[in-house]
Amino acid sequence: MVGLNQLLFVCLTYVVFLFGIAFLAERAAVQGRGAAILRSPLVYTLSLSIYCTAWTFYGAVGYAARSGLEYLTIYLGPSLVMIGWWWILRRLVSIGRSQRVTSIADLISSRYGKSNMLAIIVTLMAVIGVTPYIALQLQSVVLSLSIFATPETMGPDDTGAAFSATQAAFWVATGLALFTLLFGTRNLNVNERHHGIVIAVAVEAVVKLVALMAVGIFVVWGLAGGVAETFARIDASKIGAWEVQGSRWATLTVLSAAAFLCLPRMFQVMVVENDDERYLQIASWAFPTYLMLMSLFVVPIAVVGLDLLPAGSNPDLFVLSLPLSQNQNGLAMLSFLGGFSSATSMVIVATLALSTMVSNHIVMPIWLAAQPKGATQSGDVRHVVILARRMSVLFIIALGFLYYRASGGSGALAAIGTISFGGVAQFLPAMLGGLFWRGATRNGALCGLAIGFALWMFTMLLPSFGVDAVLSKDTFDKGLMGLAWLRPQAMFGIEGIDPTVHAVFWSLSLNLLAFTLVSIFTFPEPIERLQGAQFVNVLDHSGTSRVWNASVAGSEDLMIMTQRILGAADAQMFFAGEARRQGLEGHLPEPTPDFIQALERELAAAVGAATAHAMVSQIVGGTSVSVQDLLAVADESAQMLEYSSQLEQKSQQLSETAGQLRTANEKLTQLSLQKDAFLSQISHELRTPMTSIRSFSEILRDAGSLSPEDKTRYASIIHSETIRLTRLLDDLLDLAVLENGQVSLHLAQNPLQEVLERAVTTALAGSDGQLSVEIMSSDPPVTLNTDLDRLVQVFINLVRNAQKYCLSEHPALRITTHLVEGGLAIDFIDNGEGLSRDEQVVIFEKFYRAPGAQGDGAGLGLAICHEIMTRLGGRISYLAGHDGAAFRVFLPSDALAVVGETGGNLVST
Amino acid sequence: MPDGPVFLERRSYRMRRLMDAIRLLPFLGLVLWMVPLVWPLPETTPTGAIAMSTALKYIFGIWILLITLCWLLWRRTRINVGDKVAPKQGDPD
Repeated sequence: MVGLNQLLFVCLTYVVFLFGIAFLAERAAVQGRGAAILRSPLVYTLSLSIYCTAWTFYGAVGYAARSGLEYLTIYLGPSLVMIGWWWILRRLVSIGRSQRVTSIADLISSRYGKSNMLAIIVTLMAVIGVTPYIALQLQSVVLSLSIFATPETMGPDDTGAAFSATQAAFWVATGLALFTLLFGTRNLNVNERHHGIVIAVAVEAVVKLVALMAVGIFVVWGLAGGVAETFARIDASKIGAWEVQGSRWATLTVLSAAAFLCLPRMFQVMVVENDDERYLQIASWAFPTYLMLMSLFVVPIAVVGLDLLPAGSNPDLFVLSLPLSQNQNGLAMLSFLGGFSSATSMVIVATLALSTMVSNHIVMPIWLAAQPKGATQSGDVRHVVILARRMSVLFIIALGFLYYRASGGSGALAAIGTISFGGVAQFLPAMLGGLFWRGATRNGALCGLAIGFALWMFTMLLPSFGVDAVLSKDTFDKGLMGLAWLRPQAMFGIEGIDPTVHAVFWSLSLNLLAFTLVSIFTFPEPIERLQGAQFVNVLDHSGTSRVWNASVAGSEDLMIMTQRILGAADAQMFFAGEARRQGLEGHLPEPTPDFIQALERELAAAVGAATAHAMVSQIVGGTSVSVQDLLAVADESAQMLEYSSQLEQKSQQLSETAGQLRTANEKLTQLSLQKDAFLSQISHELRTPMTSIRSFSEILRDAGSLSPEDKTRYASIIHSETIRLTRLLDDLLDLAVLENGQVSLHLAQNPLQEVLERAVTTALAGSDGQLSVEIMSSDPPVTLNTDLDRLVQVFINLVRNAQKYCLSEHPALRITTHLVEGGLAIDFIDNGEGLSRDEQVVIFEKFYRAPGAQGDGAGLGLAICHEIMTRLGGRISYLAGHDGAAFRVFLPSDALAVVGETGGNLVST
Repeated sequence: MPDGPVFLERRSYRMRRLMDAIRLLPFLGLVLWMVPLVWPLPETTPTGAIAMSTALKYIFGIWILLITLCWLLWRRTRINVGDKVAPKQGDPD
């Protein structure tokens, strides 16, 4: 008989051995030796075996004894996932390596735009989901110890050692915490593998496999008497027929596959501690082999246990009690060590994974937020991070211990395991959606997780405490708050489903539904889209996103911060390497976006993506996702679209330029034509008076006898022609001066009324006075402040035109003035025939004369008026729509001095 | 596929089909392991129930079959995939 003290001695020796192995592995890794063993596919595969916890070691037999082959589903799911490594695990491992992911919370938060909120939620869910599982491990160790402590197995020398379950659990928890602290929180960088822990886990994996197989072989060949006999015994036992419900079979297989991917500890060993993607391929057949061997002897042990052991003994402990009952003490000891290994390795890795999550996603953000000056202030952050991680380890193990105390160590092992699986499986939609679907958004993930987790709590976790423990009997029977469709075991009124299937089905499917729908109807932020593209396309290209606008980052600040997280030596090495890469040996590297990206990754490996992102952004000053960045990740069609729109834009620019050129060309042609026309006009205009002057002067010179009357007549013709010529030249000069803008204005003030009267008087002087002019005086009177001489010139011209061209029987000109928006309008309207539409267009052109015009004008009058008005800041235009010819002279408001006293108000200037 | 040649060298063609096999293997496993869904339960057909030993042999047989297939495929494809994976070893860190 093995005594408890003897057992404790062996157990402690084994623990010391594990500490030693872990210590040697750590030292070898530091010295760079033994890489062949430390980083081998065998160790990787064996470390995956933390999937097989005490739940497998003890619980599987109990499970089989209770419900037949259903226990196999827990191993079939992971086997399928491993065999299908090409689909999911390959992506996961690639992303884990390229994004320096530290945990599943980090992965999900990183995928959805480095959202800290998501990381916190996933971390909390993981802690809630895994704590019962840790308690379960403590329970199994204590339970197995208690077997040895039962009175009939106690030796005479053990009588003093009374066995206390709580004490045992406490010491086990303490030992596990110590181990995790020693080997799990030694280095900060999670991506630097925890060689000590991985080696210890691998050794424990061998121990538990050997132990279980040894018990199995003993049972089959030692107790049952061979394979054939064993089969016969199995068929004859009470679990001798296939009686697994189809729905449970399928659901549990899916659930275990999901949990295999989502359990924080599995993520830790599978993704974070992965050294080489090729190991995954080897594990794809090696790990299913391990699982197959682990479950191979479960049914024989259960059947033989049911046969040989007294009725009522706990089937969860058959692995231990069967050898003990046969007095196989050595085997029992080995079996105990196997169970002990299963429990401890799981607790160590699970605690490590959870503590990384808690410290990176909960403690560090709070600490950072509490720092008044942020990450740039002096001081070492490393000890804060390590301290946070150590406190988290203690916190999680304490939580597991408290749960164990609270639950009283009751309940079948398998039930707790399934519940825990159901909790972590809720990560699956967000995780897989993030890996495969670029449209998955942060809000979608949040909604899916929240709904899935709430349903899991309500349908699986809380009912597991029993009726009236947390949920009252009323809630079970009538639904939450009396709502019949909210019954924890019959959601939406659908009854009769197996509780586990019911919970898994509703929580996962509604989780998936919420995740998908919200993702479809929400819009992701730029950084989310960038990360999404990187995750989904991780296998296509290894390009990294450029998120930082680094111009404002100081290398010194970054250096100080990095030193505080990575330690001085590592930080300096990293910066020196980067400087060398940039060709700046011996200096600090330039803060290029690439460099900052690399730095963020490096920091992310230590404190998680969200925290690293927050710290870097404190120094760099926020992310800037430029259009180019988004373009770079946009899919091909978007790029094509952008390219074609650029082309379109360019061609539009080209056609605009061509249009401008065409217009310019037309203008030039027109100007050239105008110049030609002007030249021919002017030569014509000059020629006509010159011809008559020449011919009459020739007559005066050559004709001998001319009557004095004729002489006077001819001389006066010559005189009048020269006057006309002079006037023409004066006009031309005037026009040239005006057009060149060389004219200087002589501003003067005078009432409008006076100016108009002066103009009319001047215009009508010396004429036969047929034209009657009526000036409608403006109300209020207006005083002008402009070049009055020029203005009078315009008015005279207009009055004279009316005089010349108004062919009415009683020609009359009406001059009206009125204030309009922005200035003063003076209209000259006669009662003649007016101008045709064609004429209106050309009336202000030089040398234009109305057809059939009498008089001697050169056709420059209105052109000059037009130029003058332009100089004065106003304009002259033809007013269509009147009976006679109508011209409007417009003066801007700054050409007016004041509006007369009657109005009393100043015209705005 | 718009880019890439239509015809491949025999060796790379074979390699691609082997990769297809790796991809399909989990689905084969899933289908075979879900066969028990149609097995009769003792409470519905007391006489035709599947014996535990048969069920064990069937499920473990498939397990061994899948592991063997996976192992064979790994033997045939590891060099190829290893080459493809190898460049990624030069991680900048």
